[in-house]
Amino acid sequence: MSTLTGLSASAAPLLEIKDLHVHFDVYGGTLKVLDGVYFTVHSGEKVGLVGETGCGKTTTMKSILRILPMPPARIPGGEIYFKGQDVLKMGADKLRQVRSEGISMIFQDPTAALNPVFTIGQQLGAVVKYSMEGKKLSRKEIREQALIPLKEVSMPDPERMLDSYPIQLSGGMRQRVCIAMALVASRELLIADEPGTSLDVTIEDQILRLLHRLVEEKDVSVILITHTLGVVREMTDRVYVMYAGNMVEVASTEELFARPLHPYTHGLMDAVPKLTGGGVSDGIPGRIPDYLNPPPGCRFHPRCPRAMDICRQEKPRFYKHNDNHEVACFLYQDGSPLRSGGSSDSLPSGSPLRSGGSSDSLPKGTLA
Amino acid sequence: MTTDILTVTDLKKYFVIGYSDILRREPITVKAVDGISFTVKEGETVGLVGESGSGKSTVAYTTIGMYRPTAGSISFRGQDLFEGKKGRPLALKKEIQIVFQDPGSSLNPRRTIKQIIELPLKIHRRDENRQEQIVQLLEMVELPPDYMQKYPQMLGGGEKQMVAIARALATDPSFIILDEPTSALDVSIQGKIINLLIRLQDEFHLSYLFITHDLSLMRNVASRVAIMYLGKICEVAKAAEFFRNPYHPYTQMLLSSIPVVSEEEEKLKPKKIISTGEIPSPVNIPTGCSFHLRCPEKMAICSRVDPVMVEMEEGHTVRCHLYDQEGGRR
Repeated sequence: MSTLTGLSASAAPLLEIKDLHVHFDVYGGTLKVLDGVYFTVHSGEKVGLVGETGCGKTTTMKSILRILPMPPARIPGGEIYFKGQDVLKMGADKLRQVRSEGISMIFQDPTAALNPVFTIGQQLGAVVKYSMEGKKLSRKEIREQALIPLKEVSMPDPERMLDSYPIQLSGGMRQRVCIAMALVASRELLIADEPGTSLDVTIEDQILRLLHRLVEEKDVSVILITHTLGVVREMTDRVYVMYAGNMVEVASTEELFARPLHPYTHGLMDAVPKLTGGGVSDGIPGRIPDYLNPPPGCRFHPRCPRAMDICRQEKPRFYKHNDNHEVACFLYQDGSPLRSGGSSDSLPSGSPLRSGGSSDSLPKGTLA
Repeated sequence: MTTDILTVTDLKKYFVIGYSDILRREPITVKAVDGISFTVKEGETVGLVGESGSGKSTVAYTTIGMYRPTAGSISFRGQDLFEGKKGRPLALKKEIQIVFQDPGSSLNPRRTIKQIIELPLKIHRRDENRQEQIVQLLEMVELPPDYMQKYPQMLGGGEKQMVAIARALATDPSFIILDEPTSALDVSIQGKIINLLIRLQDEFHLSYLFITHDLSLMRNVASRVAIMYLGKICEVAKAAEFFRNPYHPYTQMLLSSIPVVSEEEEKLKPKKIISTGEIPSPVNIPTGCSFHLRCPEKMAICSRVDPVMVEMEEGHTVRCHLYDQEGGRR
């Protein structure tokens, strides 16, 4: 069935999201934000997640850690397996274990992620204490333990940093502290949510290189969320492209940049200003849909230059282009005009499709 | 030969942020802009690039008249913008307009689009048929006339920025300052705004001062680029030339830090200069060349003497001790 179970599919994936739906109940109705998300990360893999503001990148990641505010958020359907166990069905103890030893997250804005009234040492110490559950550590030991990650992130003068407050640090240094926190315990999966976006270019470059080095050293799997395509190209092995609560394309990084298939990915790539000059393309017309009332069928069809009739009625499932490339677009349902390999597509085209494909029986893209 | 529309000469803007002691003897200043000079020619787009805290917005705000310079001058078509003690004459205000970075906060949420665009019309164009002019302005930025009755919150980020552009155009200016007009927007929308701005420039013969931190974008819009670091300009060049042959180590560091999407672009980047160090606080600017703490090619002289601008080629100037007055590398 699922063709999306990773591209180097041999061992069981480290993280697997299946048909995840997330709704937000707000005044005036229900925001149907995630609409059947599939996402896989294998051990030791660096996966990128690209999409525009408001496409659901952060919502997806927050549901993995179950840190979405509920209510208003609600998960009406879907499964999230971390090492074979469904995070959504876990009890409090189990969940705490996942958060303290399994998955950690770096947020976009380090200033908001750190508590302004505690010193770096206190905040880092809390993480150390929490991650060493069972072991009783003295204050001195905690301090020593907290110094190790600070040194790893090449923090100048780490001893003094422990006694500083976040406000005394620059943006880049604050992000280093957040990375240090995320790496306190030996983690298996690191979610980096736009780690450099709020920083200057040269500082962002430093942070990304630091992250890259640590990930290699510690052999951690990474999900890198960003809206900058260039960052993905330099940092990841495989990329998911997300639009309006759906994954629309997944490919190995090299493949995606060489042959983008989905019209949205095309638009996105063209819209990036190039160093080679030659002007900027007009981008993609329109804007991201209203989640209260998302368009039926493919959510991209109102903005799509190649929309067909079927796009307005049915939601496309993932079609396999080759071993490294899958795309959720009807243009490629019978094998793409570009393709050479054979289709592994066993479903007849136009059948009710795997990913939330009940939109033909329900009005306005309502989810099953 | 095109004439200069804006000439900035040795502009300085210091902000007093406190005093060294209780008797208020020594003011503590932030040297936001510290002696910069550049010109903008008629119909040209000059890009001003720099990281946060480099003073690029201060340059914009001083030009528009929000601040008075501490020293130096800005002249517009030969007329000093700060000659009188009183405010700037209306005729000059009309000529210079600005588009801010975040349209979410630069448009009043309690006013309709009509009211927003009407205000500059009321002040600067005392004729009737205002309604018609507003429709025209909306048309110029490719928005339908029925947007007039909407409030900013009902619009998407890109559309809001277009309203902000329409508001700037309402006075029929000849010079517009664009202070990071697209950095709050997604890439898919950015292109539309940029192309709109380029089209308007041709149509109305506008000159732009384009402020951004995105060098790839700069490559595509600006005819000349000036790089700022901690209140000073460190390199000025024509856009194409600048990307082909950057001289200043900071510029090279900037260029090599840009994430790019294709191999062709990768080739254009100077060989990887590892970005190191922090941007120092503008309160405590290092002595000598302000970049020496992060510079991979620093020499003994750099920490003592502030370098002066030298012209390497025609129209390509750089402020670095590596290069001597004759335009050669030391």
